[in-house]
Amino acid sequence: MIQQLSLLFPMLPMWLVQAIWCGVVAVLLLTFFSLFAGPVSWLERRIAGRIMSRIGPNRVGPQGIIQWLADGVKNFLKEDLIPRDADKILFRFAPYPVFLGVTLTLVTLPFSSLLIGADLNVGLLYIVGAWGLVVIGLIAAGWSSNNKWTLLGGMRSAAQMISYEIPLVLSLLVVVLMSGSLSLQTIISSQGASPVEWFIFSNPFAFIAFVIFMISAVAEGNRTPFDLPEAESELVAGYNTEYSGMRFLFFFFAEWGNLYVIGALAASLFLGGWQIPAGWRNFASAQGPILPHVFEVLMFQLKTWIWVLLIIQLRWTLPRLRVDQLMKVSWKYLTPFAFVSIVGTGLWMVVFPEGWLFMKYLLLFSMLAVIGYFVWRAIWQLRFTKSKADFKLIV
Amino acid sequence: MIRTEEMTISMGPQHPATHGVLRFIVKTDGEVLHEVKPDVGYLHRSMEKIAEKVGYISFQPYTDRIDYVCAMTCNHAYAMAVEKAAGISAPERAEYLRVIASELNRISSHLIMAGVMAMDIGAFTPFIHAIRERETVNDLFEMLCGARLTYNYVRIGGVSFDAPANFKEKCVEFLNHFEPIIDEFNRLISFNKIYVERLANVGVVSREDAIAYNLVGPNLRGSGVRFDVRKDIPYSIYPKIDFNVPVGIGEAGKVGDCYDRYMIRIREMKESCKIVRQALEQMPEGEIMAKVPRKIKPPVTEVYSRCESARGDMGFYLVSDGTDKPYRLKIRTGSFSAMSIVEKIAPGLMIADLVAFISSLDVVAPEVDR
Repeated sequence: MIQQLSLLFPMLPMWLVQAIWCGVVAVLLLTFFSLFAGPVSWLERRIAGRIMSRIGPNRVGPQGIIQWLADGVKNFLKEDLIPRDADKILFRFAPYPVFLGVTLTLVTLPFSSLLIGADLNVGLLYIVGAWGLVVIGLIAAGWSSNNKWTLLGGMRSAAQMISYEIPLVLSLLVVVLMSGSLSLQTIISSQGASPVEWFIFSNPFAFIAFVIFMISAVAEGNRTPFDLPEAESELVAGYNTEYSGMRFLFFFFAEWGNLYVIGALAASLFLGGWQIPAGWRNFASAQGPILPHVFEVLMFQLKTWIWVLLIIQLRWTLPRLRVDQLMKVSWKYLTPFAFVSIVGTGLWMVVFPEGWLFMKYLLLFSMLAVIGYFVWRAIWQLRFTKSKADFKLIV
Repeated sequence: MIRTEEMTISMGPQHPATHGVLRFIVKTDGEVLHEVKPDVGYLHRSMEKIAEKVGYISFQPYTDRIDYVCAMTCNHAYAMAVEKAAGISAPERAEYLRVIASELNRISSHLIMAGVMAMDIGAFTPFIHAIRERETVNDLFEMLCGARLTYNYVRIGGVSFDAPANFKEKCVEFLNHFEPIIDEFNRLISFNKIYVERLANVGVVSREDAIAYNLVGPNLRGSGVRFDVRKDIPYSIYPKIDFNVPVGIGEAGKVGDCYDRYMIRIREMKESCKIVRQALEQMPEGEIMAKVPRKIKPPVTEVYSRCESARGDMGFYLVSDGTDKPYRLKIRTGSFSAMSIVEKIAPGLMIADLVAFISSLDVVAPEVDR
């Protein structure tokens, strides 16, 4: 792309074209990020309202859809309080690594076969590395506030994120093993559009790896049931107790942005990313060069949003783990199973170099059965709730 | 050299987990607690001294404020104490109305406890669901006496208002609605794996400790002691009613852990539903207020009345000197004694466990301090 651009503007030096191109991409990605994180905060509150049988924000705009703008403006106008005894430099600095850690990962997320910030050949490594920045910000926030609760929150976040990074990376290695590449585009290209061609169903060990990935990604994103760093009933508000206004907003911006990163990674690594069926591709290609990419983007968004919505639902359903239980889950269950899945996948690839179609279908249908059971329970519960919802004791 | 030391944290009086204004001076080694000192007195309003100044009848509204989460039983206990001293007996219908009101209030109080417990463990949804059901109970109270929190319903010699004509059917309608909701609540949170793991084997209060530290009510029964004032020192119409007293059996861990104390309350809600149904069936027609003189002047005497409140044995010790004001009124509440055991059990727990332990004791701040 840069080559073509420099051909378009032959009078500009190469580095300038590159710099401009980087700026444009960065602005586009940040805009996308804000446009995701804002509305998803509204969506989360609406879903939470539904789950809790209340309404949620519905005043600003139709159905309250621009509530996030109102909240954003409100937070920007608020006083940026810095406690007297805080480490002022660190306190000011802390929100940025958190924000940066999440936004940097967007660079290598493939939205379609063409739309990608930079298809790095070490994309996955880059994502894991950038994601690791978040923990620096959280510890800095916890330490610099000069408050014992925030310190505890910072300590918890450090312990949690470092221990969950291990199963996370190990589960990503399974994908790397199967695709033979760290580049996200290559990983997606080596999967197919049909579910049996996805990595998640390619063998039972990959399926385990996917479950491990989802659990540890939720823990990395500090979401319930792993929201210990900000456990409001224990640590007041954890690391962000002393923050206000815009800096406070940055933490939450990162939290909601994280949702997208988790969903997008799950979609692209295990669920075939932007791959669309050949029939659709042929149909779209006949209409013009842009339509296939639109289809791909839509497919990618669909897969991502399923996980985003699932994580939101989890948050409003489950209670929180305790610190020692959290560590136990990571070190005693997730990490060993992640190792097992790496070794298992390796063996599987040796034994079945072409894959074993029966097992793929078996995994697919067992997954469908689980989803079916979930839907059935949801419908059953919904009927129960409906029968109760009309109850009003009119006095 | 790295120097390590204990960290002293002041948990409260403004802290989300202390339900009002409690304060704990906590010494921790990281997450593990070494010492927890409850610091009470932030909500002290000199209730007992006020009683000596305002007289028997005027003190009745103050009893609402002793424990505003379960005000009916406070009203009831005080009214019983004065009636005992002055030799007044309430009419039968009034006794039934008192029991119905007390049991409905027990349901609403336990709903708050269950919801807050879930919230302290990190699940926000059950709290809202519990509060939603509590609103309906409050509607019923509004029917009875017009108030939703501080009722002043049970008076010396009876109750302030008779139940409206449609009260019985509305009440049954609510109970029919509510009993399946308890099961839904259990499905949502009580049997959740994470929730059980967080509560089981945490804050185990042994049978001996529970008796030695004078725990009462659900906290005592959670430790496996079958003691309920309604059964063992029966008052009002409870002898005529058939109900069970749930006792902790250690269904998820040891007897007397947080989960036992939690499940006792869930079960008690079901028992309360049973009691309300029976009381509604048996309730006779008739007077709701006995003849009470304008100025109550009990003879020189000392009485102690006990009542099973949502937080356990609630006692009023009344010393009368023959005037229209009590010479001394001592209020004995369950939350105060529950606070004392925190110091014994908490060392060795984690901060998150302390939060669970406090809310499993169902401590209500105004009841601690009066």
